[in-house]
Amino acid sequence: MNKVEISNFNFYYGQTQCLKNISFDITSHQVTSIIGPSGCGKSTFLRCLNRMNDLIPGVRMDGVINIDGQDINAPQLDVVSLRKKIGMVFQKPNPFPKTIFDNVAYGLRINGIKDQDYIDDKVQESLKNAVLWDEVKDRLNSSALALSGGQQQRLCVARALAIAPEIVLMDEPASALDPIATAKLEELIVKLKEKYTIIIVTHNMQQAARISDMTAFFMQGDLVEYKHTKQLFTHPDKKITEDYITGRFG
Amino acid sequence: MKKEKIIEGLFFINGMAVIIVLLGIFALLIINAIPAFKDITLKDFLFGYVWNPEAYTTPSFGILSMVVSTLMVTIGALLIAIPLGIGTAAYLTDVASPKVREIAKPIVEILASIPSVVIGFLGIVLVGPWLAKLTGQSSGLNAINGSILLAVMALPTVISLSEDALGSVPKAYTEASWALGGNKWQTLLMVKIPAAHSGILAACMLGMGRAIGETMTVLMACGNAPAFPHAFTDPVRTMTATVAIELGEVPYNTTHFYALFAVGLVLFVFTFCINLISDLVIHKK
Amino acid sequence: MKKLDIYQFFGMNALRMCMGIVVFILCVIFYDILSKGAGKISWEFLTQMPRNGMTEGGILPAIVGTCCVTLITGIFAVPFGIGCAIYLNEYAKDSWQTRLIRMAIRNLSGVPSIVYGLFGVVLFVNMFKFGTSILSAGLTLGLMTLPWTITASEEALKTIPNGYREGSLALGATKWQMIRTNVLPYAVPGMLTGTILGLSRAAGETAPILFTGAAFFLPALPASINDQFMALPYHLYIMSTQHHSIVKVRSIAYATALVLIGLVFLMNLGAIILRYHLRKQRRE
Repeated sequence: MNKVEISNFNFYYGQTQCLKNISFDITSHQVTSIIGPSGCGKSTFLRCLNRMNDLIPGVRMDGVINIDGQDINAPQLDVVSLRKKIGMVFQKPNPFPKTIFDNVAYGLRINGIKDQDYIDDKVQESLKNAVLWDEVKDRLNSSALALSGGQQQRLCVARALAIAPEIVLMDEPASALDPIATAKLEELIVKLKEKYTIIIVTHNMQQAARISDMTAFFMQGDLVEYKHTKQLFTHPDKKITEDYITGRFG
Repeated sequence: MKKEKIIEGLFFINGMAVIIVLLGIFALLIINAIPAFKDITLKDFLFGYVWNPEAYTTPSFGILSMVVSTLMVTIGALLIAIPLGIGTAAYLTDVASPKVREIAKPIVEILASIPSVVIGFLGIVLVGPWLAKLTGQSSGLNAINGSILLAVMALPTVISLSEDALGSVPKAYTEASWALGGNKWQTLLMVKIPAAHSGILAACMLGMGRAIGETMTVLMACGNAPAFPHAFTDPVRTMTATVAIELGEVPYNTTHFYALFAVGLVLFVFTFCINLISDLVIHKK
Repeated sequence: MKKLDIYQFFGMNALRMCMGIVVFILCVIFYDILSKGAGKISWEFLTQMPRNGMTEGGILPAIVGTCCVTLITGIFAVPFGIGCAIYLNEYAKDSWQTRLIRMAIRNLSGVPSIVYGLFGVVLFVNMFKFGTSILSAGLTLGLMTLPWTITASEEALKTIPNGYREGSLALGATKWQMIRTNVLPYAVPGMLTGTILGLSRAAGETAPILFTGAAFFLPALPASINDQFMALPYHLYIMSTQHHSIVKVRSIAYATALVLIGLVFLMNLGAIILRYHLRKQRRE
């Protein structure tokens, strides 16, 4: 089942075109990786999916992105409810300077939920889903900034899960983490695909190979190749993909 | 969504209100200055050097004397403040160790926070008597006194902006100069100051703006003689001081009242132009 | 080679001398005011009304007046300034309107204080019919402090990491929800630090209040914001230039100057302590 359908999507930043005629479909309940050298437009693409690029002045786009069959750039679409359906985890862990509990409860509270018992349950559930509960259950009321980098990033995952999204976007979530924390996060990502559709941007090809079902290779704004991860890494169609995955550049 | 648009609209109005304040000041000055020119010609106003609004037969409203006074005091202040300010800024960026800088920077901030009326007071009780002794005059309340005090007022502006300008010169310039065998002093004089010249110029312009618009220090320390000044040892009366002295005593809606607004308008235009020029200087780079 | 070293020696010492002169100026100012003003300061001086044509007694009404006016200034300028800063930093796009607003702010900060006084007379005293009062003077000073509070508030907003904003929006917050819950709470202490510094400058200003409400002498403390008031800087001005026996009241003038500087420094100190606590909190 296709969760996201992208067709003929172009994206411009000022005079430069960052994404060129991108078309592919993303299947639900799978992990889809987007790889490519830096500056290839992979992060820009990810941010188009929940319209975070709206914040940047001077951008222009055309083409269609459908999520659940609905055009997300349609003028009548409410971007706030779109973002509620899509969780996002950023490159650098960005916990808010609140307590651990309040970080996870933040998304619920801004959505107008006041029922304290419900919030308590949701926070616990999200922290468990993010495999962080056992580490923080005794100090929910201490500052989130005191957590380690890996814990902070899993907290950001929990925060995203609390609003019950259908899709989780991850923008190089492990780039600021050490190998052990990365391994834990990868384990978590694989586990999450039972419930969510995961789209992850990474510059680490081994990571993409380890965790994803499908992989898309971007290069200078073009979608070069998109197929099952195993096939892409063993039998790439294009020479340039092969050069990239064998480390000849990038 | 509608609520969001309203909130954004409110903040937009809040932002635009700043422009309205600036335009409002300008507009009210003009509206209140125009009636003055029913009785005074523009030529007499700008080029007449006698300001005697309360004269029994023919009052005169020439501002030339006070414009010259203002410029005199300002130039005097800049002659002191610019070399001293740039020198101090260069000391802070090029000579002082980080530790000394930590102590020296608050000193500049403290100097900036002293109210102008206190500086003016010291002009009367400290600088005045000292100048009187030095020049042999009966009173030390004159243009030099005002210049010294205004220099103190303008110093923090000149220092901190010049320091920013010198600090933002790329390190590569300095290193290149050293590599060519230049010593610290040569590097400062021939590389850093030329590279930072637009920032330093802007610092001097803003310091000048402060000096022209300053009221209390010149009101208290310059002697306030309305005559045309001939020397720095003459007591002078600046534009700001004239407004400060006379607005309190003049009946509303008389030619004299309006003429004071015309003086205010001239002041406003002066400082506006100075700001505009320094803006252009800064944004040229 | 020798010649260059001599130049450098004299040059560097000239720079040291510049700094020395600045330090010397500050020391002279403080030494003079402290040595001649401190002796006069007493509990009575701070808490009593002036007596005998202001040749005796205290300066209580001037202290109270300055505090009241500064309060009005703050009530007007702080929300206005913060609102403008929020617009500029959170909403504004790089358009001609934004550039115009920024230009207006820079120019407002260069408008001479006496011109603000003229503006206050026309707008608040006459047009709005507030008369010469605490309200008129406070609003006039408020307009004058506006550029400083805007700049300070914007600086505080700039220190908030963008991750807080993006993280909040990605969770489905509206823009205003994001600002209210995840930007302002962390920016407010920094904003306050900056605005207190601005208010301390307003407290020391004289020219804008000359014609908008400050009084030579009042027998009683102001009862409402529609009353005239005595102010520390204005009091210092009249005690040093307008009083009938200037030499006799010189010590009162010195003590008033000391109290005024003390008040300004107290506000600065408060702001610095606030900033220190804020930084400590951030690190935890």
